[in-house]
Amino acid sequence: MVDQSAIGLTLAPVHARVEPGRLRFFLDVLGDRNPVYRDLAAAKAAGFSERPIPPTYLLCLEMMDGEKPFEMLDALKIDISRILHGEQKFIYRAPVHVGDELTFETSVTGVQHKKGGALTMIDVTTKVANQHGEPVADCVRVVVVRN
Amino acid sequence: MTVELHHPKVGDRIVHKTFPKITRKMLALYAGASGDHNPIHIDSDFAKAAGFLDVFAQGMLVMGLLGQALTDAVPLERLRAFSTRFVAITELGAVIDCEGTVTELFEADGERRARLALTAKDQDGDVKLAGEAVVAL
Repeated sequence: MVDQSAIGLTLAPVHARVEPGRLRFFLDVLGDRNPVYRDLAAAKAAGFSERPIPPTYLLCLEMMDGEKPFEMLDALKIDISRILHGEQKFIYRAPVHVGDELTFETSVTGVQHKKGGALTMIDVTTKVANQHGEPVADCVRVVVVRN
Repeated sequence: MTVELHHPKVGDRIVHKTFPKITRKMLALYAGASGDHNPIHIDSDFAKAAGFLDVFAQGMLVMGLLGQALTDAVPLERLRAFSTRFVAITELGAVIDCEGTVTELFEADGERRARLALTAKDQDGDVKLAGEAVVAL
């Protein structure tokens, strides 16, 4: 079972580029027709320099461009069939646009056991910065392990 | 936009959108679109072996729908924070209905903000996601 010794585990940084075709695929899958994400003129009218990304897409960029999207599970010897996503939080610090190059730095920041050890909750915190070194978002997810 | 955002009141429902039902095709395409290739969402055999009745929706797919409902109603550039708890798994065939209601008006970082309570429920009214957003007014 994962214990407190996992806190501080740091994953390999992920470098991701916001590609317009992949973003359009994401929007199409979710049926998102909001012009701000698809049309440069609409994005500029809303004050963006380029088309922005929708609010949950950061996590997709990290998973798509990470060489090992399940690195944490491997490092902590967690069976992927035993995990659930418990919570997800995004704090937005600056816009992210098509063409941006992002760096994701992720580490384990908490471990708690619940229900007498039947569940373990792992807090995973990611700091995201753009190509100018400017912080764009903090992401925190809670991964639930069914022990 | 359902309500003019400049002067919302606590209790105003400013987010509401209902989505088409969740299909196997959506789960497969979302796996590709998101980079989350966990087979529990796309391989029925794997899901059953893990103790589930069938594949079920990626939590982030449903949060993506909730985010879409949110940014249909609130301009993206005003979004400061967005979070959710994944309360229950979302089954195949679920028709997700998203709502957001103003719970607090406050000032932070030199701007007026509203806190919204968000939910994603299925066609039976069962809560799947219970979340929150902070938006600038």
